[in-house]
Amino acid sequence: MVTIKETLNEACEEYFLPGNSCCSGCGLELALRWAMKALGPKTALVTPASCLNVVIGLWPKTAPNFPFINMAFAAGASAATGFDAAFKAKAYRFPNKDWDKITTLVFAGDGGTTDIGIQALSGAAERNSNILYVCYDNEAYMNTGIQRSSSTPHSAITTTTPFGKKRYKKDLPRIMEAHEIPYVATCSISEPLDLYEKFKKAKDIKGCRYIHILAPCPPGWGYPAEDTIEMARMAIKSGLWILYEVENGIKTISKPSKRFLDPIKRLPLIEYLSKQKRFRAVSEKQLITLQERIEKRWKRIEADLEAQKQ
Amino acid sequence: MSKVKDIIQNKETIIIKGNVAAAYAAKSARVQMISAYPITPQTTVVEKLSEFVDGGLMPGTQYIRVESEHSVMASVIGASIAGTRTFTATSGQGLFYMNEMIHWAAGTRLPIVTAIASRGAAPPWNIWADFTDVINSRDTGWMSAFCATHQEIYDEILMSYKVCEDHEVLLPKFVAYGGFILSHTSKPVIIEDQDLVDQYLPPLPDEKGWPHIFIDPDRPMMHGNLIMPSGFYSEFRLKIQDTIMKAKEKIKKATKEFERLFGRNYGNGLIKEYYMDDADVGIVIYGDLALQMEQAIEDLREEGYKVGMVKLRYYRPFPTEDIIEIAKKVDVLGVMDRGTAFGSPTGGPVSGDVLASLYNTGIKTKVLPMMSGIGGREVSLEQQKDQIKILIRLKETGELPDDLIHGTLWHGKLEVK
Amino acid sequence: MSESSEWKKISKSKEERPKIQVYKNWKELPPIPISLPIEGNIGITGDWRTFRPLILAGCNKCGICWMYCPEGVIKQREDGSFIIDYTYCKGCGICAKECPTKNIEMIRESEAKDE
Repeated sequence: MVTIKETLNEACEEYFLPGNSCCSGCGLELALRWAMKALGPKTALVTPASCLNVVIGLWPKTAPNFPFINMAFAAGASAATGFDAAFKAKAYRFPNKDWDKITTLVFAGDGGTTDIGIQALSGAAERNSNILYVCYDNEAYMNTGIQRSSSTPHSAITTTTPFGKKRYKKDLPRIMEAHEIPYVATCSISEPLDLYEKFKKAKDIKGCRYIHILAPCPPGWGYPAEDTIEMARMAIKSGLWILYEVENGIKTISKPSKRFLDPIKRLPLIEYLSKQKRFRAVSEKQLITLQERIEKRWKRIEADLEAQKQ
Repeated sequence: MSKVKDIIQNKETIIIKGNVAAAYAAKSARVQMISAYPITPQTTVVEKLSEFVDGGLMPGTQYIRVESEHSVMASVIGASIAGTRTFTATSGQGLFYMNEMIHWAAGTRLPIVTAIASRGAAPPWNIWADFTDVINSRDTGWMSAFCATHQEIYDEILMSYKVCEDHEVLLPKFVAYGGFILSHTSKPVIIEDQDLVDQYLPPLPDEKGWPHIFIDPDRPMMHGNLIMPSGFYSEFRLKIQDTIMKAKEKIKKATKEFERLFGRNYGNGLIKEYYMDDADVGIVIYGDLALQMEQAIEDLREEGYKVGMVKLRYYRPFPTEDIIEIAKKVDVLGVMDRGTAFGSPTGGPVSGDVLASLYNTGIKTKVLPMMSGIGGREVSLEQQKDQIKILIRLKETGELPDDLIHGTLWHGKLEVK
Repeated sequence: MSESSEWKKISKSKEERPKIQVYKNWKELPPIPISLPIEGNIGITGDWRTFRPLILAGCNKCGICWMYCPEGVIKQREDGSFIIDYTYCKGCGICAKECPTKNIEMIRESEAKDE
């Protein structure tokens, strides 16, 4: 695992310039900052409608110091496919100029990925388009004012679920695994070095790559801005958020999540939920169900790892 | 620099379907990226193009098989932003589905050319010639032209790239032709010599991409952020209107240049007049029905009637000045639509625009809005002669036909005895 | 297209193009709005702060505050120590919360001495 000293040496440049309109303590900003450190400036980023679309500022100034295109809500993965095709066409006409070495990156929110963007993403995955699709998951439609998305967890209070969401969170990394693309990974902003390594690995893989990052949101989740990292960390500690990679069908649990295979080591879920205002209406019964679901998810992962051994 | 394999095409006349002519035009235009999704009656365009690309006849061209029409336009927009010449084709419902991205393409001022094998709007399902789909997108900022013949499909797509990629235009364009009637019937089409086409068309965008938008890590830029009402948003939209109106001159120039190089005349580009100079009665018509109307005009001229016709080639930008000039020539002008604009003053898109063009000019010409061929309904030569005779009667007696529906003559209505 | 060809400068190299584009009316505008990257694009976000982080003398230069700062305003000096750019620091407090040796203190802006 890379160390902080090493990243200070090789990746100290900031590609997302400060003084932008991200909220103070924004999880998305930290995720993008570390993603760009790993990918470098030869990256073309497409973002469908999301927080990222707006925090980059008003015309004629902007924050990202690399090519950045805003796109319509449902069109993230498709526009990226178009970029990739154009780079290949350019590389044919102008060979030896590294036009096809530009990483096409999609940085979409959970709404633009799990809901309105899922058709385009599924299409791009099926075609194995040479794009790196990143979903930064703040678990609701935060840009439009905290409405529920299919990535919002059960019992969370949002403006369109004022008494708590009745349905469970859509497990999009597992859906992407089923597309049999070369690389699927989950990350969290509380483990930036793990994120950095995964992005560095993804950069060199050809084909459709999918990375899902947990990016807590202070106004949306209802906690003070300074606790952003702590929230992401507790999600991992409670076993709710599992860090893993699936490379060409082989699943491995990432180091920060490994010890939580053992249920005894996991933080009780109530400690994670009680720190966020959005879970203030969780009932005892719901808490038990949610805890059981965590057990079930880990059992499924264990079964996957067992099946791989054969 | 290594020599890259190139497109070879010698001039030949082949008997091909309209859709295949569109595919050949995209090949002659050296398009670099094609996005494909099947929808009747356009499907053969993308099928033929996949034969070209996978068969190595279009080296370097990328062909993407996407999962919906919305993704078709999104991927074409992405490829165009990155600085390549792009092409796609769709019809009817597909065009409606990608409506959001149609607006996006025009707002980003990308020179995308899209072939539309026009079909009627659903429900009920109808896959035959009806221009309602292109007309539905008339306010988006896309230019649009109608083709009357198979050769015109090939020629118009070439002329489109010349107009769209002009650095003072940079707007996308539809090339529409009747579904099945042109898309699936075969006629001889001249496929031009590649060297001659290269002389006519602007060169492919270079590494720097388009002048106004580009993806280049050495020159990072961002497009698509917010502009407040107090900012220049409405001025940017004003520029689209200004540009599309000024494009009329570019269209005329490109059409003239085409005639000079390839020997085929398409009027002044925006319209083509037929026997209008000494006509008393005229009709404005577009699409494949315009071709048949030429025969009707000739037959009626032999009977002694002084009739003429104007083939409307471009719908957006609307040739206001040309319509005013031709209206001055005749006493009665019929406008034959093949698409619906519900709730508008005439129910027909072009007739409404003609009436709007003539207002405040002092011209006293009687305009009769007409509609035929909706949903691909066949319109025979006899019926077209009958339509002209109705206009002649209007001129001679001043009597409007008695079966107008809200002021418009829906000709050829089905009556079951 | 545009009465002023000023807008064509945006397609020039990073060094030659203007840092901030200025157009007076619709005729001077480029065909589409293009934004160019600049620090502080929304303004001096340092004004957002109620509390500011202060790195204390006991800092062991571990770099964890640099790693976790979402804005990226913590920079490393030549000697390995860290300095915070108060022009853009939004005062979220993550660095103070995450410092393993508790050597970052959040003090009120009104009480902070300008350095």
